[in-house]
Amino acid sequence: MLKTREDLIKLQEKAKDALRKEKMRILVCAGTGCVASGSLKVYDALKQKLKEKGLEVKVELMEEKDNEPCAVNTSGCHGFCQMGPLVRIEPEGIFYHHVKESDVDDIVEQHVIAGQLVERLLYKHPVTGEVAKTQDQVPFYSKQTRVALEHCGRINPDDIYDYIAHDGYQAVAKVFFEMKPEEVINEVLESGLRGRGGGGFPTGRKWQFAAAAEGEKKYVICNGDEGDPGAFMDRSVMEGDPHRVLEGMMIAGYAIGADEGYIYVRAEYPLAVKRLRKAIADAEQLGLLGENILNSGFSFKIHVKEGAGAFVCGEETALIASIEGQRGMPRPRPPFPAQKGLWGCPTIINNVETLANLPSILLRGGKWFRAFGTEGSPGTKTFALAGQVAHTGLVEVPMGMTLREVVFDIGGGLKKGKEFKAVQIGGPSGGCLTEEHLDLKLDYDELRKVGAMVGSGGLVVMGKDTCMVEVAKFFMSFVQSESCGKCVPCREGTKRMLEILTAITKGQATEEDLKLLEELAYIVQDGSLCGLGKTAPNPVLTTLRYFRDEYEAHVRDKKCPAGACKDLQDYYIDPEKCKGCGLCARVCPAGAISGEKKQPHTIDKAKCAKCGTCIEKCKFNAIYTA
Amino acid sequence: MESPQRKFQKLQQIIDKYEGKASQLIPILQEVQEEYRYLPEEVLTYIATAMKLPPATVFGVATFYAQFSLIPKGKYVIRICDGTACHVRGSELINQAVRKELNLQDNQSTTEDLQFTVERVSCLGACGLAPVVTVNDTEVYGQMTPEEILAVVKKLREEG
Repeated sequence: MLKTREDLIKLQEKAKDALRKEKMRILVCAGTGCVASGSLKVYDALKQKLKEKGLEVKVELMEEKDNEPCAVNTSGCHGFCQMGPLVRIEPEGIFYHHVKESDVDDIVEQHVIAGQLVERLLYKHPVTGEVAKTQDQVPFYSKQTRVALEHCGRINPDDIYDYIAHDGYQAVAKVFFEMKPEEVINEVLESGLRGRGGGGFPTGRKWQFAAAAEGEKKYVICNGDEGDPGAFMDRSVMEGDPHRVLEGMMIAGYAIGADEGYIYVRAEYPLAVKRLRKAIADAEQLGLLGENILNSGFSFKIHVKEGAGAFVCGEETALIASIEGQRGMPRPRPPFPAQKGLWGCPTIINNVETLANLPSILLRGGKWFRAFGTEGSPGTKTFALAGQVAHTGLVEVPMGMTLREVVFDIGGGLKKGKEFKAVQIGGPSGGCLTEEHLDLKLDYDELRKVGAMVGSGGLVVMGKDTCMVEVAKFFMSFVQSESCGKCVPCREGTKRMLEILTAITKGQATEEDLKLLEELAYIVQDGSLCGLGKTAPNPVLTTLRYFRDEYEAHVRDKKCPAGACKDLQDYYIDPEKCKGCGLCARVCPAGAISGEKKQPHTIDKAKCAKCGTCIEKCKFNAIYTA
Repeated sequence: MESPQRKFQKLQQIIDKYEGKASQLIPILQEVQEEYRYLPEEVLTYIATAMKLPPATVFGVATFYAQFSLIPKGKYVIRICDGTACHVRGSELINQAVRKELNLQDNQSTTEDLQFTVERVSCLGACGLAPVVTVNDTEVYGQMTPEEILAVVKKLREEG
């Protein structure tokens, strides 16, 4: 139990000592992605093999060992999930990818014992063939700047001592003993940090309102209801560095005068819930959460609340309603939560990533943070890179980096055989951008100018075979089903818009419908109660703006230029290219393909379900749509 | 035949654990659903009475959130992610394949023998591994294809 700041400093020294004594540290990624690829098996096999070889192994930082032990730990997400399972070996930061159980023998014998790298597991650049020994040399990482994700993949998220050894809880100690609450708010204002959940509202300003609001009881809520399809940074922080989230909440609590906090986590993130619960219990046990923390006079407790599956709960006032046990429906603002929030008390709601930036800002100063990013949007931002891009994963870059650098330098460009068409940024509230925007600087204001938004930071790359009308329809069907139904423009407007979009993709829409769609989009944008409805038309409006010709082709010519809308396509087999291998006939779920062996096959239009399986499977590119 | 008292004993325990507080309605429903695999109507009525809430409030919450189901779910709940990343990487083909294999009609999500439930989910947050499928929230399958999902179904059938 830590009673004073000195106790914490002493503990940190001890933890750092334990870290120094480690001869080597093997970190096996245990993020959701790598676990799905079998990383826990690799972890167990490593421990087993090292012990077999008579090496001293430790799994927790503070385990007492006589000699220099070899530490084997699980870590949080590295962000490069596609390459998993990932293994990082300290102190050099050696980076192995696609590690299987069968590779464990070589890692132990070759790397740990003989001190030689296992070449085949190192990253090799797909074009230049250059081999990267350490993680920092991999192009996916070398252009990143990690603040919020600083520890993700570097420490063991289940071990509070590991966090303490890496300057954990030093920011709260500094804040409690060296700064007044106003000074904390000023430092955050100075840093220029803006809400990372999507809106981009200055965090310090939000705090000022809550600090000035009258009330005995105040609350801090961490918004971990990351519902945007295509974004997973909050999940990675909660899973990979849970103590950082707690520390961020404590700083916020101290600044506004709150003594209680809630973390609202999506129901779809069971691992995040588990790690956060453990982190809270460990922090309580050490006296870093609870009454009179480190004898500072400041008390704080944190609860975890699991969501129940409602996208609208990402909206502040709906989230509050959900914590109160009601249907998650938004309320009109004002009053803002900073004045009247949870149970009528002044409340601030900050996103996970926003909170994860705070310990670094308070420890190193607002000026340090401002050195990254642009004038209007300082700092770094994590983006979830997904879709038809060669390297998918989580990246953290300084604000103001161009879309081109993110997609092509870090993401490695498009997947094999795909050609760049568009990037969807910011999920269902964001917009679709085209090739002409590739040199756009990614920050709050630049993106707003072109009708998109940073949103939660989802970046989905799409190739030429993606139909933009279909994409707009996809997002509209998402918001339509997630609309809570409270206000008419959102409830009815999204439904009507979805109907029109569906008609367009089926070739049943007229030019009148196209006008109506646009008109409706502006009505929903202006008239909706909360952010969900206000931003719901963005994907439609941006695609109408940048891909109008595609809409017109569907409406006028009844054609889908991308060849994606199946109602507007018929499938054919090119008799010149078909070798008669019969693969398509075997995989066709409708049994629509027939033909003699080694003779060109044909497709029965009446039976064809237009599912596209045959195109996927054909090795000779003999099947086409028209 | 179970006596009503015995039937609701576990239910009452869960309500008591949260001291019957109205603010705890969602965690109570979550835990109850874990116990019963769904929220039967009589259970919701019981919760309303025990917590002194109007049944409309309890039904309102239970029908608002996607996690709650008022009809029984299968032993294996297969959730196919339809987040943006999974969508553009062909999750719909996986959905069609598994629904066909399990003979599910358009408006049906659970097989008649209550073995399988197939659901679409907006995003599981494992976009790097798209398309993603989970079984009972515990097993995560990344980079799925229609063939592989059928292999998973086969394996689950063998497990019974």
